[in-house]
Amino acid sequence: MIDKVHPSATSALEGLLESGMSIAVGGFGLCGIPEQLIIALRDSGVRDLTVFSNNAGVDDWGLGLLLQTRQIRKMVSSYVGENAEFERQFMAGELEVEFNPQGTLAERMRAGGAGIAAFYVRTGVGTAVAEGKPTAEFDGETYVLERGIRADLAMVKAWKADRAGNLIYRKTARNFNPPAATCGRVCVAEVEEIVPTGSLDPDSIHTPGIFVDRIVATRSEKRIEQRTITPG
Amino acid sequence: MPLDRNQLARLAARELRDGFYVNLGIGIPTLVANHVPPGMTVWLQSENGLLGMGPFPTDAEVDADLINAGKQTVTGVSGHSFFSSSDSFGMIRGGHIDLAILGAMEVSQEGDLANWMIPGKMIKGMGGAMDLVAGVRRRVVVMEHCNKKGEPKILPRCTLPLTGLRCIDLVITDLCVLEMDDSRRRFVLKERAPGVSTEEIREKTAAEIVIPGDVPEAIVD
Repeated sequence: MIDKVHPSATSALEGLLESGMSIAVGGFGLCGIPEQLIIALRDSGVRDLTVFSNNAGVDDWGLGLLLQTRQIRKMVSSYVGENAEFERQFMAGELEVEFNPQGTLAERMRAGGAGIAAFYVRTGVGTAVAEGKPTAEFDGETYVLERGIRADLAMVKAWKADRAGNLIYRKTARNFNPPAATCGRVCVAEVEEIVPTGSLDPDSIHTPGIFVDRIVATRSEKRIEQRTITPG
Repeated sequence: MPLDRNQLARLAARELRDGFYVNLGIGIPTLVANHVPPGMTVWLQSENGLLGMGPFPTDAEVDADLINAGKQTVTGVSGHSFFSSSDSFGMIRGGHIDLAILGAMEVSQEGDLANWMIPGKMIKGMGGAMDLVAGVRRRVVVMEHCNKKGEPKILPRCTLPLTGLRCIDLVITDLCVLEMDDSRRRFVLKERAPGVSTEEIREKTAAEIVIPGDVPEAIVD
């Protein structure tokens, strides 16, 4: 049987990367991002990437690392507010950005992974998001047609995996990872722990192993963007 | 006297009902969570994948894997659940969320909302706002009546790029409460902030609004 487990993030991406490719990346802010895979992707030196990801990291972490090195040509995101280098490149016209409503981006990934080429939503009707896209009336309401996403590669972060590639996410670190995992032609998962096959409760698996081609266990930093506490 | 941020949040909290599923935006809307009436259960939804959001954690409870949509560390109340972003927006788009309370840059007299982009300035993105106004059952804006330059934010039509068309049901500002009348497609002045006159509201509102003969003062304690 093919062993999905790789010894390092670099090994997990080997042979999968080329300049000009598209990559779907899980995570929300810095929560649940495949941080070590992003570093390995940076170190590979591939360029002109199209990246589907809700956010673009911060200046010195997450996808912000790939912006520093100018490896990203186009971002498809819903919110990119915490990144000064992003702002600079975007305002200078060096980085192409396509804003998608957050739910539309998640559904585009889910649909693409489920073999659905396009779908209708009410989100964005009458706004810049719907410009140039077909609309249709259903039950007296206007909907806009959005496309499913198929990416060359998906990179996700999970909590636990077994050797069969079944994934369990932890708390709100799940976010975009399940839909992102399904929409890549190849999916690489960075996890905190790899457990023996059969030891995960089958009823509790979030992403079945069929969607996951390679796994790597890393020691993740899990940085916090806004540490907000209640005194006491 | 114009209302302060906490008073605005208290007025917005009157929209809550027992058992409601509610999404609160960043800023003043977040403060509404502090004004849930005693004995009422309200489930706060955070669109990054949490239903049943609780208060900020203590230092010992901080968990990098447990954040809200503003990327702040949070906790979950008893009975909270986690789910993917696609499930989360299924709840939102599918009309399962009872109430969304959002901030705004501009609101038009027909209830259009602009709150995500100022062309030429930093463009951060719409996040989940377009999905929320397109899918949540009742959409309430809480904002300052005028912008920092003192110019009206309630306009005949929005000048900024739209977040949604004809999507706002209620506007709560530091000066007044305006409710959309669907048959007229205009906001009706429902309440004034204590001590604020209808003349002042009319003067600071560029939009055409309906002002009934007698407009009560809002009761905020």
